[in-house]
Amino acid sequence: MIELRGRSERFGERSDWLRRRLASLLASLAAASILLFLVVRLLPGDPANALLSAESTPEQIAAARRLVGSDVPLQQQFLHWLGQLGTLDFGESFISGLDVRAEIASRLAITVPLTLGGFVLALFVAVPVGYLAAARARSWLGVLIGNLSQFGIAIPVFWVGIVLTFVFALRLGWLPAGGFPLDGWSERGEAMRSLLLPVLTIAIVMSASLTRYVRSATLDVIGSDFIRTARAQGASYGRAMWQHGLRNAAAPVISVLGIELATTFIGAVVVEQVFALPGLGSLLVRAIAQHDYQVIQGVLFVSTLVVLCSGFVADLIQRLVDPRLAATRAGHAR
Amino acid sequence: MTLLQVDALSIATRAGAPLVDGLSFSLNAGERLGIIGESGSGKSLTSLAVCGLLPADLTATGSVHVGDLEVIGARESELIAIRGSRVGIVFQEPLTALDPLMRIGRQLAIVLRRFRGLRGAAIDDAALAALEEVHIRAPKRVLRAFPHEISGGERQRVAIALALASGPEILIADEPTTALDVTVQAEVLDLLDALVAERNMALLFITHDIAVVSRIADNVIVMRSGVEVERGTVRGIVHGAADAYTRDLIASAREFDDALAFGDIR
Amino acid sequence: MRRRIPHSLTAGTILVAVIVLLAVASWFWLPFPIDDMSGGRLEAPSWHHLFGTDKLGRDLFARSMIGARIALEAGFFASLIGGLVGVTLGLLAGFAQRWWDSIAASLLDSLIAFPTLLVAMLLVAAWSASLTTAIVAIGFAIATVIARVTRLLIKRVLNQDFILASRASGSSWPRIIVLHVLPNIWPTLLVALALQFGLASLSEASLSYLGLGTPPPNASWGSLLQEAQATVTTAPVGAIAPGLLLVALVVGTNLVADGLREYLDPTLRRQS
Repeated sequence: MIELRGRSERFGERSDWLRRRLASLLASLAAASILLFLVVRLLPGDPANALLSAESTPEQIAAARRLVGSDVPLQQQFLHWLGQLGTLDFGESFISGLDVRAEIASRLAITVPLTLGGFVLALFVAVPVGYLAAARARSWLGVLIGNLSQFGIAIPVFWVGIVLTFVFALRLGWLPAGGFPLDGWSERGEAMRSLLLPVLTIAIVMSASLTRYVRSATLDVIGSDFIRTARAQGASYGRAMWQHGLRNAAAPVISVLGIELATTFIGAVVVEQVFALPGLGSLLVRAIAQHDYQVIQGVLFVSTLVVLCSGFVADLIQRLVDPRLAATRAGHAR
Repeated sequence: MTLLQVDALSIATRAGAPLVDGLSFSLNAGERLGIIGESGSGKSLTSLAVCGLLPADLTATGSVHVGDLEVIGARESELIAIRGSRVGIVFQEPLTALDPLMRIGRQLAIVLRRFRGLRGAAIDDAALAALEEVHIRAPKRVLRAFPHEISGGERQRVAIALALASGPEILIADEPTTALDVTVQAEVLDLLDALVAERNMALLFITHDIAVVSRIADNVIVMRSGVEVERGTVRGIVHGAADAYTRDLIASAREFDDALAFGDIR
Repeated sequence: MRRRIPHSLTAGTILVAVIVLLAVASWFWLPFPIDDMSGGRLEAPSWHHLFGTDKLGRDLFARSMIGARIALEAGFFASLIGGLVGVTLGLLAGFAQRWWDSIAASLLDSLIAFPTLLVAMLLVAAWSASLTTAIVAIGFAIATVIARVTRLLIKRVLNQDFILASRASGSSWPRIIVLHVLPNIWPTLLVALALQFGLASLSEASLSYLGLGTPPPNASWGSLLQEAQATVTTAPVGAIAPGLLLVALVVGTNLVADGLREYLDPTLRRQS
């Protein structure tokens, strides 16, 4: 007989896994920081060049290098970088002189609601639609939804944005075509109106792929043996799906939510360009064009942090939902 | 009144290909019928047809009477009324037949609540009793466990407990021992034997294994490609089958299975 | 014996073929040279200019043909790089044992979490914006996906009995890989690569839209859309047509992937 694990044993295993997963998170973060650092520093030419022109005097060059920090050896630069990361101090932009952390924080106030809004809306659509597509898989509705989602995952998110702008903002004039109120969130109403189309854009694209996952998970459950058993025990189809199907279908969907959230985040970055929103994305794009390395590093680091953390949270939720994962060391769903 | 009456049952795909053709049999309380055949003989479909659980792309014709309800063509609400209360099924693979994300105790509780109207502490006691009845050691721990945390033999016992908890008059066992280790097979068979005898249930036992059916059934129907090929008492078939196919089945069973204990034939 | 070719495969191939035709044709013939600004600005579609003209008077149809070429190049080369690098890494990871194995597994799983575009932006920030940088970046992202798939496939194959039997009869590992492992995994890998092809084209278009991909005056569909956005009310075709072409290409490659999956694995019970 397989040894059954009691409650305290399960708790021990869970905190064991938690510790290992946190360690893995930190390790990934460290690796990403190193990668970021190297990629930016290993450019041909000195980062300080961005501040200089062809006629710069040696003193100006030296001053620029001191400012940028490229006058010290690479290891020292790296340690300095790590230290900065530890305090989440991203330095100042060489181009604009602004504090990078403050810039990023104010930009996040737009990108985060945009991402979360789009993601939640997409989920709200995908769950019922995906379920319908599976429950009516053979009917015209199921086939239609299947084909629509096939179409939906092929559409570039910025194109959806352009089309929506064209229809709702420019032709119909219901919503602003872009931009965000200068006073930011203090103008609550205007801010929401500015975010409506962008959120819709993201939601349309993300709901296509989420629908496919929900549909696939639901199909698996509908055809499963345990639903058949439940029905053989006198449960109606609906009751069987509610009592058993829901959780079992949710498990594989949750396992991909981490990656989908990261994808949504990137989608938000692109969408900000379409609607001229002063979010993280436009900051990054401008910084890349201007070779503003402090900003680039800061934004990419924060993005990486977001991606890794959403993966971590998704793993945690999945682990709580699916008891079978406790049986595997690595906690990967099979 | 016969508990189960099947007349000219035929099951076909949407395209018309017949999977079962013209099967007829009946069962009364205390009777045990085995259906033997290889995979693809249509035997499992028969068991699903009795409860009205055939997959949507298959159609059944003919007549299947469970008590006084005609199953073929019945409304879902009528079928729900007989599932569990009149007919219980034990399936082949208990690992997939049980909800993997729900504790055993809770799955038992659902059935107990529905059919015995129990609540609260009474359910816990009944669940414990149900597990003890199927000879599960350490029933308290099994109640709190998830299906993947217990052994295959225990899982199948749980499945049997679930099927019996609703108090059916007819038990259908669809290859219940096929997925188990050989040593565990004998135990589970004996358990089924005892429980069915105790409750004087009708048993429809489906398998591909002659040795297994000979231990538990009185009469047997041999199926091949959806058609009945021979029927008779187990003793009669094993010792003197009329049909060539049946004789082949028995001969190969004899060749490979030294443990075929003819002394146990009912 | 010939199996039925699934509808998705034919439909997808047709779609992709149309785009390929446009791209190949662009080598030999263009309705107008792409820097010919003789057409009026933002003209509506006509027989003269099938898609109309852009804000500088260039023929949009010609530019879209070039865009097809760029999209296909991006898709093809990124998939090629991703496939070669990914399979190699996946092979190494698949055969790894014990703690090398755990490291490989965690590494691949965490790399997968990074969206392609993020990686691409990083590399573009480091080098300059160009089609090559985009292709390399996207190729790298594809490699992580393919590596992970390959590793899982190999782990599954290695567990099977016929591998054991092969080794018991004295086959060397290279022989086993070529004769037993690769023939078993290539169908799934091909399907995965077909899917990545479309995603690569989408990523390149996104990068170009952001100004981080093929620099102007090159006519990636993404750049075309970016330019057309400002004038979408006066000349909507410019903002619609390249998008439709891109969607057609990606839907096509996805259908091909689905069709290939159906064709190569007839044991599928249902479509996914």
